[in-house]
Parts: sequence; structure tokens; C-alpha cells
Amino acid sequence: MTQLVKPYGDTQNDGKVQLSFTLPLEWSEAADEAARRLAGKMGFTDVQVVDGRKIATGYSFFVLYASTPQAVDVDSIAPSSERTHAMSMDEIDALIEERIGRKIRVAGACIGTDAHTVGIDAILNMKGYKGDYGLERYHMFETFNLGSQVAVEELVRFAKQHRIDALLVSQAVTQKGSDIKNFTQLSELLEAEGLRDDVVLICGGPRVTNRLAGELGYDAGFGRGTLPSEVAAFIAVRLAERRRDAARR
Amino acid sequence: MELKIDRECVARCRELAAAIVAPVEAFIAAHSTVSVERAALRLLGVDGVTPEEIPIPNAILDALPERQRPAGIALAFGKALAETGLDPAALGEAMALGRYSLTEFTETPEGAARGALRPHVESGLERISGQRQARSELLERLPQLPPPLLYVIVASGNIYEDRTAAVAAAEAGAQVVAVIRSTGQSLLDFVPFGPTTEGFGGTYATQANFRIMRVALDEVSEKLGRYVMLTNYASGLCMPEIAVMAAIERLDMLLNDSMYGILFRDINMKRTFIDQHFSRMLNAFSGIIINTGEDNYLTTADAVDQAPAVLASQFINEEFAHRAGLPDRQIGLGDAYEINPDLEDSFLYQVAQAQLAREIFPEAALKYMPPTKHMTGDIFKGHLIDAMFNLTSVMTGQRIHLCGMLTEAIHTPFLGDRSLSLENARYIMNTARHFGDEIVLRPGGAVELRAHDVLTGCEALLERVAATGLMNAIESATFADVSRAPEGGRGFDGVFERAPEYFNPFEEALRGSLTAVSS
Repeated sequence: MTQLVKPYGDTQNDGKVQLSFTLPLEWSEAADEAARRLAGKMGFTDVQVVDGRKIATGYSFFVLYASTPQAVDVDSIAPSSERTHAMSMDEIDALIEERIGRKIRVAGACIGTDAHTVGIDAILNMKGYKGDYGLERYHMFETFNLGSQVAVEELVRFAKQHRIDALLVSQAVTQKGSDIKNFTQLSELLEAEGLRDDVVLICGGPRVTNRLAGELGYDAGFGRGTLPSEVAAFIAVRLAERRRDAARR
Repeated sequence: MELKIDRECVARCRELAAAIVAPVEAFIAAHSTVSVERAALRLLGVDGVTPEEIPIPNAILDALPERQRPAGIALAFGKALAETGLDPAALGEAMALGRYSLTEFTETPEGAARGALRPHVESGLERISGQRQARSELLERLPQLPPPLLYVIVASGNIYEDRTAAVAAAEAGAQVVAVIRSTGQSLLDFVPFGPTTEGFGGTYATQANFRIMRVALDEVSEKLGRYVMLTNYASGLCMPEIAVMAAIERLDMLLNDSMYGILFRDINMKRTFIDQHFSRMLNAFSGIIINTGEDNYLTTADAVDQAPAVLASQFINEEFAHRAGLPDRQIGLGDAYEINPDLEDSFLYQVAQAQLAREIFPEAALKYMPPTKHMTGDIFKGHLIDAMFNLTSVMTGQRIHLCGMLTEAIHTPFLGDRSLSLENARYIMNTARHFGDEIVLRPGGAVELRAHDVLTGCEALLERVAATGLMNAIESATFADVSRAPEGGRGFDGVFERAPEYFNPFEEALRGSLTAVSS
């Protein structure tokens, strides 16, 4: 079955979108027209330039409304892998105790040149985030917060040395795709070192999605608003599953 | 608008801050660091890189035998100046090429070294006071718009793109432009050289980049008839050297916190304390306004809980700054609008905190930072939160206003984002320009009570810190829930104890001139 979906303005299938952008042009009526034509070339119809103005010498800013003739088939989209269901700190600790039988060692770091540790701190630090305690607070996690600007090689060395079970890496600030490059470098290095199957590899950051994480060869990706217990539950369940699978083999 | 605050409590907080900082000052006076020594070389006029692309100040200092380090670089370099008859720049270049070595001149008398240094010390400082004078004249001829001074960041990684963005922002109303540094730079123990076109999350701070921005902003200042200020970062491992470069290239503000690097970048605390002192002395002399980093307490933990820590840090930063000779008008104490927007009456708390800082530090160039932590990618809501931040700033008379971006948490700002942000700030600040003058806060009301709680919380925190000492307090995670050991962190190997014969001609000259200014 197909379910075609278009943007909704005020009528089903009107395809209305809003756009705004800057053009490196001095503002004039011709600049407005350039913006309108550009939207047309993007495939939009009924293009209206509702605001166009100078924002600096040689630059103009435009706000447009337009319709798109495009639609997508929602049913053709495979669901991204399910996040683990919500579990409390006590439940997670109990699960680890029962199924793993020892503390799980977790290391977290902001890799590359990123110095924004807000995300990794929120997940690992005792205090946690939005009243949800960080992994440090759990009985069954031993955590290592390596902080900011950790080189990928250093992180892999650390993981090896401390027999880390789960690696959390974060990239908060991106510029021209530097976050993707760093994430990829880590998963490749772990592969090369033969460590990839020994760790649960997780990435995080405001623009990270689980789908992206999968594409980059990670076990999971956590984006905006993630609670520490979600990450904790994922690690615990994934490690318990691996242990079970290994026992069956 | 006026808050009724307990003035005795404020006075006690200042006394506690003085008691906290005094022992650290004694430690600072007995030590120096590699970056302070390199700053002295730069002040003498040493610059450039070796054929291996090592900055010449680093190369010279690294070549100084370990046992000579406690005396400082100045005497050893002064001996070489006396013997070779070269000027510092030429001597530096000759040393970079291996033509001379510091170890050749150990027999030269100290008097000759001091004599050879003197004219270069004088011309180094004259160069800086010349820039200070130039700034005063420009500000007189091209007056700024009334505060809050609208401050935006540029951060493309490419200094030439940054220049385009800065000029556009100035035209759109920006009064201060900061070039955000490449995130890796704070941990480099050298300053990169030359213009740069690649960076991560920002653009490298180099002297050439400073100059490129200064020239562009001077041009647009003339065109707009108002002086546009330039900001960079004297933080990380090279605080003193960046302060030198900024003084020479006439930057107007520098991010320069006494504890930020320790807590948030894991830079060794001893290194940071020594470096902040020298860089602040220089900033005081060059007329540069420092910006402190209290906003970071709020972005890493709950903003309601952390308000007393922000105020405590403001008192400590003020005390360190005064001791380095900075007058209040050059002290840009930080705060930020970071309370969770979902919290009922969060706006009242924000107003309470901002007004509290205004009344406790009436002459300080308070710097107000925008919401970042609760910006989600919902640009429409973000623009609204920024509007409330703008209102708080204008009604509480903040001096330096870092404009919030609707695209915060998405990407480093686009040119259009900056324009929308400036438009938001200009609209709110114009429409509510004298709002603060018109309102009276209800005695015993929510704003007053909140301000009272923050102040008493701050006093309690300062008491705890004073009781254990600042370094121990940092070790026991009193600030920002972060623990740092006195000898841990980056850059500790660059700290050394001064020998009795330690000599730094700039420190002596700066101390003399700053005492003269403040008396």
C-alpha cells in the first residue's frame, strides 16, 4: 500500500512550504525576481516572495512561500531500529547484575577538536539531565569521562587498555561535516584494531539520529533531549543480548 | 528599576573574594610560565616561524637550558642582544636559522643585557600605548551607539570569509565582532602563524588574522561613522601571548577568565592563574576590556542551581582583575540567559540575576550571554527566547550583549542568521529602551526574593572556598561539579618557580605604569 504525503498549509495536498535564504546580491526588485526564479528552479510552484530586503552591502534576505508538487510514500520508509523501552535506574542495575554479573565499563569523550562536553557530561555525570541520573550514579556502571578534544587514536588505546565495554562519543559542533569524519574515523579504527565487536559503540550530538549512526557503523545514535537512562538501558540490553548470543553459539 | 539588596552581604562577599585570591596571588608572584616568557619575547618584537614552522618565540624558549629557565628568558635574550647588536626581530630570525644560540652569551654581564633590552622594552610598550591612544581617538570621532553593545560572532574557519561576515554584521548593526577560535586552539602550547583559511568550529587566532579583521572593521567603522570593536580569546595555554598580539593589533575585547580554562578545558590551574595575571596586566595597559566566562557554569549544569556559583565567580574574577590593575570599566563580567524556558516565571529569575549583577558591579562592563542550552533547532521558538533575553538585557542595563542566534545548536551562524538576530535585538532594545527606568520592583516580591537567595547562596559558597583555599576548592569540585588537581591538567610542565634573579622587564614596567594609572 502506498500513502503519499505532501506538506499541509491549510488544505490537504496543497504542498505549501516556507523558505528563507540569503543571496549575494544587492537588494532590488530584480533580486526579488531572482529569488522567485530560484525557487521555481528548485521545482516549487506558486512561488511568492513575501519579504525581500537588504541585510548588508551586496547581500539580500528573502522569505518565500511556495508549493511543492512532490510527495513521498510514507509506507516505503523502513522504521529505524527501535530504541530500548524506558527502564529506571534500579531496573537497569538489576538487569546488569543478573545478566552480566559484573560492572559495565563505559568511556565517553568528545572526539576530534570538539570541546563541547555538554552532551557527554549530561549522560555520564552523576547529576544527569532533566532529573534523570547520569551513568556515574548507577551501581553497575564504571564510567570514564575523558572530556573534550580526545584524539580518536587515544580513545581506542584507552578502550583497549581498560577493557571498555561501551564507548560513547559526542560531536556537538559541526562545520562542513567534521563530525561525520570524526565518527567514521573512530569506527574504522576500531575495526582495524579488531575491537569493534568487543564494544557497544554509540554516538551522540544534537544532529545525530539512530539512522545516521547505523550508516556510520555504530550500534546506536542518540540525539537531542536524550536521557541518561535511555543510553544506560540500551547498553545494558545490547550487552546482555550479545552475551546470550555468544552462549548459544 | 532597583533591587533592594543586602549591601553588607555584598561587602562580605568582596572581603571573602579578597581572602580567596590573596594566597593565589602570592603563588603567582613566585612563579612564571613558558607562555609568560614567550609573551615577553613577543613584546620585544620577536615574531615569525622557523623553517620548520615553529613559532620563533617557542623555538627560542625551548633552546634555553632548563637550569636557566628560573631566571626568565629576558636576561638570556638581552645578553644576546648586547653581544650581537641586532634588534630583537632580527636576532629572533637569526636564532631561528641557527646562527646564534642563547648558550653562547652566558658570560655577558647582566648590566649590559638590561641596557640592551631597555630601548626595546620602551618601544614595545609605546607601540601598545599608541594603539590605545588610537582607539580613544577613534571612539571620540566615531562614537558607538548606546549600550547594550550588540556583539556577534563569526566562525567560518576562513579568515577571509569571516571578514565578509564581520563587515556585513557591522552594517546590520553589530557593534562588536568576535572571531570564534578553532576549538582545538586553546590546548595548543603555541600560537599559529599567518593568515589561516581552515579551522574547526572557528578560525585560528593568529596575529595576521587579527590584523586582517582590524583593517576591515576600521574601514567599515569609517563608513558607518561608528567604531566597531573586535574581540578574540586570551584563554587556553597561550593567554599572555594572545594578549600581546591583541594589544599590538588593537583588539578591543578579549575573553579572559581566571578559572574557565581550568574547569572547562582541563588546563592546569597553576598555569592558568599565572597566565591570567600577566595577560590581565597587559590588557589593563592596552585598554582592552576582558570578558569573563561565567556563562559556562550555566550551560553545563542547571541554571537555577548555579546562579550563586556565577555570582561567586564574578566576585573572584573581579578581585583577580583588580589585582592585575584592571579598572571596572574594563571588566566584562559574564552572565547568561540559560534558565529552562519551560519553568514558570523563569523570566523573573533571569531579571533578578541580571539586575543583581548590575547593582553589585555598577561600573563593570557586564557581558550578557544568550540562551544556548535550551535552544533546540526549533528556530521559531528560539527567536522568541532570544527576544526575552534581549528584553532582559536592555531593562537591566547590560553593557555587552552577545546576540542570540535562532540557529543556535544547528550550525555556526549563517550571514542571514546574524542579520535576523541583530534585527531582533535592535527592535526589542529600541521598543523597550527606557522600560527599566519606568518600573519599580515590588518589595518582597519574587524578583527581590530570588536576588536575595542568589546573594546569600553566593556568600555561603565563597565562605566554603575561603575556608579550604581556592585550589583545594577546585579540586573538591566546588565549581561546576568539576574536580581538577593542582598539578593535573594540561600545561603544568610549563610552570616554573622564579629564581631570586628572575627578570621580566615588562612585568616591572607594567606594574609601575598600572600603579600610576590607578593612583
